[in-house]
Amino acid sequence: MSSYVITIGTIIVIQAIAVCGLNVIVGYAGQISLGHAAFFGIGAYSAAILTTKAGFSFWTALPLVIGMSGFIGLLLGLPSIRVREDFLAITTIGINFIVEAVFRYVQFFGGALGIGGIPRIVLFGIKLKGITFFLLCLGFLIVVLFICWWFTRSWASLACYAIREEETAASTMGISPVRFKLLAFVIGTAMAGLGGSLYAHYMQFISAGDFSFPVSVAFLSMLVLGGMGTLWGPVVGTLILGVLPEVFRPLVDYRIFFYTLLLLLMIRFQPGGILGEGSVVRRILAPILKGGRA
Amino acid sequence: MLLEVKDIHISYGDIQAICGVSFCLERGELVSIIGANGAGKTSILNSVMGIFPPQKGAIYFKGQDITTMPVHQRARIGIRIVPERSRVFPRLTVYENLMTGVYGLKNKLPIDERVSWLYEVFPILKERHNQIGSTLSGGEQQQLSIARALISDPELLLVDEVSMGLMPKLVEQVFGVLEQLNRGHGLTILLVEQNAFASLNISARGYVLETGTCVLHGDAKELMDNPRVKEVYLGH
Ligand SMILES: Nc1ncnc2c1ncn2[C@@H]1O[C@H](COP(=O)(O)OP(=O)(O)O)[C@@H](O)[C@H]1O
Ligand SMILES: [Mg+2]
Repeated sequence: MSSYVITIGTIIVIQAIAVCGLNVIVGYAGQISLGHAAFFGIGAYSAAILTTKAGFSFWTALPLVIGMSGFIGLLLGLPSIRVREDFLAITTIGINFIVEAVFRYVQFFGGALGIGGIPRIVLFGIKLKGITFFLLCLGFLIVVLFICWWFTRSWASLACYAIREEETAASTMGISPVRFKLLAFVIGTAMAGLGGSLYAHYMQFISAGDFSFPVSVAFLSMLVLGGMGTLWGPVVGTLILGVLPEVFRPLVDYRIFFYTLLLLLMIRFQPGGILGEGSVVRRILAPILKGGRA
Repeated sequence: MLLEVKDIHISYGDIQAICGVSFCLERGELVSIIGANGAGKTSILNSVMGIFPPQKGAIYFKGQDITTMPVHQRARIGIRIVPERSRVFPRLTVYENLMTGVYGLKNKLPIDERVSWLYEVFPILKERHNQIGSTLSGGEQQQLSIARALISDPELLLVDEVSMGLMPKLVEQVFGVLEQLNRGHGLTILLVEQNAFASLNISARGYVLETGTCVLHGDAKELMDNPRVKEVYLGH
């Protein structure tokens, strides 16, 4: 594989991890989030600071990074669960802007210069680069997908589905909406933190702009394109939106415009995404899939 | 006393829906609240379930003040509701819909036993076992909604106009099931209905609600003989 392909592939896998987390929040628990990049950033910055300033390795920092992202996700999720859906969209956008501003203007986070010199990840004495780093990320993605799969099979997901479909009805069944929304926020933001940490160690240099609001829009477009609430949707969506700009070079400049347009079109015409129920792609593939399974 | 509702007031903005209603249920009783459309029946049930708590007054369940308790906790201490227009989860199967009802109780209940009992009471649900909620007919959704409320073995069942939109034959059948649950299993049931005859017929006592206040209450048989009730609700 050429290093170009590996580079694109690594970024796609890292983003897919974050988008899987977004899927837990938006797809499984039905809570809109337009600020997911903030948690990707919190993961990246915690990893960067712990490894450059506090002498941690990627591995020893990892539990702290994931814990930190999930904990901040919990804190910021607390007010979010009390507001209505349209306010939640605004609140999460606000969170994104605030977090980005903190990274940009607080000296501790490197200010406008960002943080550089983030070390490469070392595994079994080997510095991971290129294909080995890609494989590590792929391994993490598989773990994340496994957690999502387990989640969709568990009682918690039945509760989340019920809350998403009808919150009041769910609570009359003894299901606490607050508890499960927070659970989804914690799991989802922790996954974003993991992705952010891998991102920091891959780029070795990060700055506030990497985690701005347009990145959140991109994450959401990927999720909606692939299919909210499905297991593979985040991977498919991230793959398509990761590869497209490489194939159609002119798209790169209009990336954010394209993402936003795609998001709006998908929500209007195909809210289930590519892998969702009743999607065009599913209808076309149905005979093949059925044939394969039978 | 299983349920005691004391002088509750409920308003939505400027609209005063309930002003000063009190009633009670003994364990094992089946009691009806009858009233016309807009009288405030749903508001009363929602306040007992906690969906929209009263602004004034108090609600006691098994002697405990539950006026401000969150909905899901009320569900856990034994209050379940069959809401107006059933509200089954449209994308979950019949079985999954039932399973949402035992959430958090899975270790305390013999779930398989409960399910097979409910499939006996509502045989159509057994046939539709793997079908998703949105594909059920109105009557089937009502039955699923009742079954889902019953699976947790509640102490108090609140039923909001199950007869609405059902064919007369199904109404009879559903009320038959409720009566059987009350007589045979000692389940305490609070019914609210526009269909005064069907509900009073299986009730021990009844309350008559008019524009947010209770105008009459008493023995169900006596209410059915009351000239005013006859005129307004029974069409005599
Ligand atoms: N969410 C609400 N917002 C505003 N008014 C409401 C609301 N729910 C009920 N009402 C009003 O309160 C009164 C009682 O309604 P409701 O309890 O639904 O009566 P019923 O169930 O007997 O038909 C009606 O006048 C109705 O218009
Ligand atoms: Mg009503």
